[in-house]
Amino acid sequence: MRVDLRDIHKSFGPVRANDGISLSIPAGTIQGVLGENGAGKSTLMKILSGYQRADRGEIWLDGRPAHIASPQDTGRYGIGMLHQDPLDVPPMRVLDNFLLGRDGGLRPQRRAARLALTELAARFGFDLDPEAYVEALTVGQRQQLELVRLLWLGARVLILDEPTTGISALQKEALFASLRRLSEEGRTIIFVSHKLEEVESLCHRVAVLRRGRLVGEAAPPYETDRLVEMMFGRAVSLGSRLEATSGAPVLELDNVVIEDRRMTVGPVSLYAARQEIIGLAGMEGSGQQLVLRACAGLIRPVHGRIRLDGAPMLGHSYHAFLRRGVGFMPAARLEEGLIPGLDLTEHFALTGESRGLLLQRQAAQRRAEEQIDSFKIKGTPSSPVEALSGGNQQRTLLALLRENLSLLLLEHPTRGLDIESVVWIWEKLKERCRQGTAIIFVSSDLDEILHYSDRIHVFFGGRVSPSLPARSTTVEELGQLIGGKGWPAPRGAEAPAARAPAGQGSPR
Amino acid sequence: MTGEALLIGLAGVLAAAGPIVFAALGETLTERAGVINLSVNGTILLSAMASFAVAVSTGSLALGFLTGMLVGALVALVVAGFSISLRQSQVAVGFVLALMCRDLSYFLGNPYMGLSGPRLPSLAIPGLQDIPILGPLLFRQDLLTYLSFVLIFVTWAWVFRTRPGLSLISVGERPAAAYVRGIRVNRLRTLYTVLGGALVGLAGPAFSLSVKAGWKGTISGLDGIGWIALAITIFGGWNPIRAAFGAYLFAFLQWLGLVLQASLPDVPSQVLQVAPFPLMILALLLVNIGNTEWIERTLAALPDSTRLLIARVLRSLRAQPPASLGVPFEQE
Amino acid sequence: MKAPRAVSGAGLRLVAVGLALLFTTIVLVISGAPPLEAYRQILVGSLGSFKKVTDVLVAWVPLVLATSGLLVTFAGGLWNIGIEGQITLGAIFATGALRAALDAGTAPAPAIAGAVVAGIVGGALWALLAGLLKVYGGVNEIFGGLGLNFVAVSLTLWLIFGPWKRPGVGSMSGTEPFPDFLSLPALEGYRLSPWGLVVAILGFAVIFFLLQGTTFGLRLKAVGKNARAAFLLGVPTTRHMLAAFLLCGGLGGAAGAIQVTAVYHRLIPSISSGYGYLGLMVAMLVNFQPLWMPLLAFFFAALNIGSIQLPIVLRLDSSLAGVLQGALVLFVLAMEGVRQRWRRTPAPGGEA
Repeated sequence: MRVDLRDIHKSFGPVRANDGISLSIPAGTIQGVLGENGAGKSTLMKILSGYQRADRGEIWLDGRPAHIASPQDTGRYGIGMLHQDPLDVPPMRVLDNFLLGRDGGLRPQRRAARLALTELAARFGFDLDPEAYVEALTVGQRQQLELVRLLWLGARVLILDEPTTGISALQKEALFASLRRLSEEGRTIIFVSHKLEEVESLCHRVAVLRRGRLVGEAAPPYETDRLVEMMFGRAVSLGSRLEATSGAPVLELDNVVIEDRRMTVGPVSLYAARQEIIGLAGMEGSGQQLVLRACAGLIRPVHGRIRLDGAPMLGHSYHAFLRRGVGFMPAARLEEGLIPGLDLTEHFALTGESRGLLLQRQAAQRRAEEQIDSFKIKGTPSSPVEALSGGNQQRTLLALLRENLSLLLLEHPTRGLDIESVVWIWEKLKERCRQGTAIIFVSSDLDEILHYSDRIHVFFGGRVSPSLPARSTTVEELGQLIGGKGWPAPRGAEAPAARAPAGQGSPR
Repeated sequence: MTGEALLIGLAGVLAAAGPIVFAALGETLTERAGVINLSVNGTILLSAMASFAVAVSTGSLALGFLTGMLVGALVALVVAGFSISLRQSQVAVGFVLALMCRDLSYFLGNPYMGLSGPRLPSLAIPGLQDIPILGPLLFRQDLLTYLSFVLIFVTWAWVFRTRPGLSLISVGERPAAAYVRGIRVNRLRTLYTVLGGALVGLAGPAFSLSVKAGWKGTISGLDGIGWIALAITIFGGWNPIRAAFGAYLFAFLQWLGLVLQASLPDVPSQVLQVAPFPLMILALLLVNIGNTEWIERTLAALPDSTRLLIARVLRSLRAQPPASLGVPFEQE
Repeated sequence: MKAPRAVSGAGLRLVAVGLALLFTTIVLVISGAPPLEAYRQILVGSLGSFKKVTDVLVAWVPLVLATSGLLVTFAGGLWNIGIEGQITLGAIFATGALRAALDAGTAPAPAIAGAVVAGIVGGALWALLAGLLKVYGGVNEIFGGLGLNFVAVSLTLWLIFGPWKRPGVGSMSGTEPFPDFLSLPALEGYRLSPWGLVVAILGFAVIFFLLQGTTFGLRLKAVGKNARAAFLLGVPTTRHMLAAFLLCGGLGGAAGAIQVTAVYHRLIPSISSGYGYLGLMVAMLVNFQPLWMPLLAFFFAALNIGSIQLPIVLRLDSSLAGVLQGALVLFVLAMEGVRQRWRRTPAPGGEA
């Protein structure tokens, strides 16, 4: 089925997630969609799969306009979306998940479904046990199940959103083989990913999105450098670089391994010294957030050692980390960072020094006013935080951080802010650095990573690169690493191809 | 106690458990869909009163039972409306209704206190009733008790063996997955809340027109049954058969209390009667404790063999609620 | 459909009150009773004379104490349904303390003071149990609380019919009444004890101060609104939740102690008298804001006392009070839902 996206526009408030995207995909194509976080890929796919309505623009299928208002419409049109976290029902069996939602009589048509399931699975080399419970399956298997289910429903367009995160190499090969077969049968595949090698090996064409626009298309043979350049663009002037004078290490991670539902991260060994800024780069979900949270004591690694100023901290509570001068700023502003229902003064009262029983409302209000001024927050001390815009909530989160921290851990510190605010905020952070704080931050903005970090660690699929000096790393190198290129074969322990002079592992 | 008396006693237990079975089955259906109907206690009282009143006024048992179901469905409809359409807290609405319906039942039932009304007659099944042991136990009951037996299996089969049952499970576990497959989540939730409420409503007349015929207001001993039914739903792991087992266990313990009365003259009767309730917390504790974080951590520290054994025991006891229970679903 | 800006929260609440009255009137009509006469009876029965007003205050005291405690647990995001049991345990501990004092021949003043303190401790411990069950046992505080309520009732019955029974045979009328000198002194000729009023007002004031004017109160509110964010910001959430349970239980226990020392002068089976559940409704109605609570509690207490007339004069059941109280909360909730629905006007540009 041929898919035409015509001039798709979608905005969320002032943010233009999709800014006039037009893309034509002939039937039987495997179309790659590349882009960094926030480029607009997921919004576009949500529109195509019925979860969002475009503000403007049209979708044409097989030369005729399609009216997609809900995910159920896409079923009618034959569009199927395979989510990163497949939408299945974990406590139910594979077979029941397969046939759930199909019309029928009182009794589920198990026999017919089982036949279809085993036949489809066999055709693609998938190993699916109809009687197994979905919650016991690996992510890869759940994907396979969802894929055959969509095919059984007659999907002629398949959208796959980052499908190879958390699946084994074998499952990946099976998936790619099946996708190739499906495209030969005339089905259209849209493959959304950030993994350059996979996209290059699988897709017939590639479209690159950046900041809500379609910045370019490519056909094989692919030039990785060109793709990276389209994805990430060039560095912008971001103010002066802080000259790092590193002192003693504040934080040391020694062979730390973290296990998550979807992946294993590590072993990672890194350190952060006073006045240093360490950037953790990579696409979301590559493990950097897990490592950052382990540094805060929120996640307990299954292996390895964590030391703060030399003291072993593995297994200690998050509040113990806080007491030792660690500060943590989460990315999910309203879910984890701020308290909807309380105003700014109350937030500052919460995080201020508590002197005794009485609530020092005046002092808190004064502090709120100071910080509002200092961080240019558009709000008043009595504004409830949920009424602030996203960018101002971000500033509030930064303003709430305590003074004189030894280690500051930030998740996406400037997300949702315009470029001027980014520079401004980093001036403040650099000031903290000068006073002796070490900073480790996670960001999907390569410019930010390159410009403000002293050293960078790149994350890809749970693997961590040794420390790279930011001064001598280029956007292209970083982009390639983030996209999965330039890493040693899994069993090797060599440094990546990029320059990696002194500065790996522990400083001694 | 003679074998004969024991059988009669146990048969009585099965009959006395009937109302609790209805309520637990109804609430299991509602919670499987993801909605908590906390009003059960008040609903049962209100439906007991209303069905008795109607039965007394019209002389018709059938109308009485229908009234009970209608009352249950209506109260449940209010819960559904508040929680699904108005997105207010299910706990708050349910709790207020539990109290208000109870007071309504006492108030409107005042004129009917102490009246004698029609009572469901016993209906022994010819032939089956003469089977040794099982006969007197199972087949000399009244119509409603037979219905309770049948409903246990019907409900179980509906949830676990039919296609609509799969939809029901999915709506309570992961409504987003159900939605994407074309299932109308909120409509199903409302439907099952009302249906469950109708079953709960059946528990009322099961008391006032059968087990404890009549309406005696505050001393009817009905107050509290609804809360037990809620606990049994949890204890039953949202499985109709296990819930029914919980209901029978509870009724058995109550009967045991009465029986032991004679052998324990020092212990006041009221105490033994209320004794099953504290056992309920213990049951809830056992059923939930596997879920807590610190248990998981302690288990992780134990040697493998002990850990696997304890884990298996905990898993068999464990009651995992439908993952989306109490969480409103926003159809984007 | 956009709602006119003029429709304020207060306006909708008035509508709710009107609807509740309408509903109750309909109920009255169904039961064949004259509505206006019933309302008049309630009014007269609660405010008709000074004596009646003092009776309302007698009911007001435990209600205010219980609701004050509940405001603390609600601030922490907890549904402390176990409040009834906490009141009961307070009564039990107070009775025990008084019995001990009686045996030891202690002077009345310290004996009674000790009983109230014992009541506070008893209620607090019972609440702590519910809290521990929740935090370490994974038992939802609604069901834990309910279960413990039942246990408290069992305990009361066992005591009344067992170790503490009246000489002769135990009866539902409770334990042996305490001699007059071991009661909280009341106003001459009335049932109201000014000491009870003092305790209630003190309790409310303490809670008001705690919630509005201390860091503990702010932290507790943070935990109630977003426990995860509060934790990340450094608030020890478990400790605050357990503290909330302790505080609420203590206040409930005080209510129970007053019931024993000032109202019933003995332990009776239903010593908590439903004040816990009623307190939950009052707390819901004031939307967990302390300021208007004492007034609303007075209104609810008046409804309870006033409707005592109904069986006598109009041969109606006194549960009508409960019907009106429940209807009020229900319709206020409904109007809140309607208001939020109007606010959620479909705007296509929401935040992603």
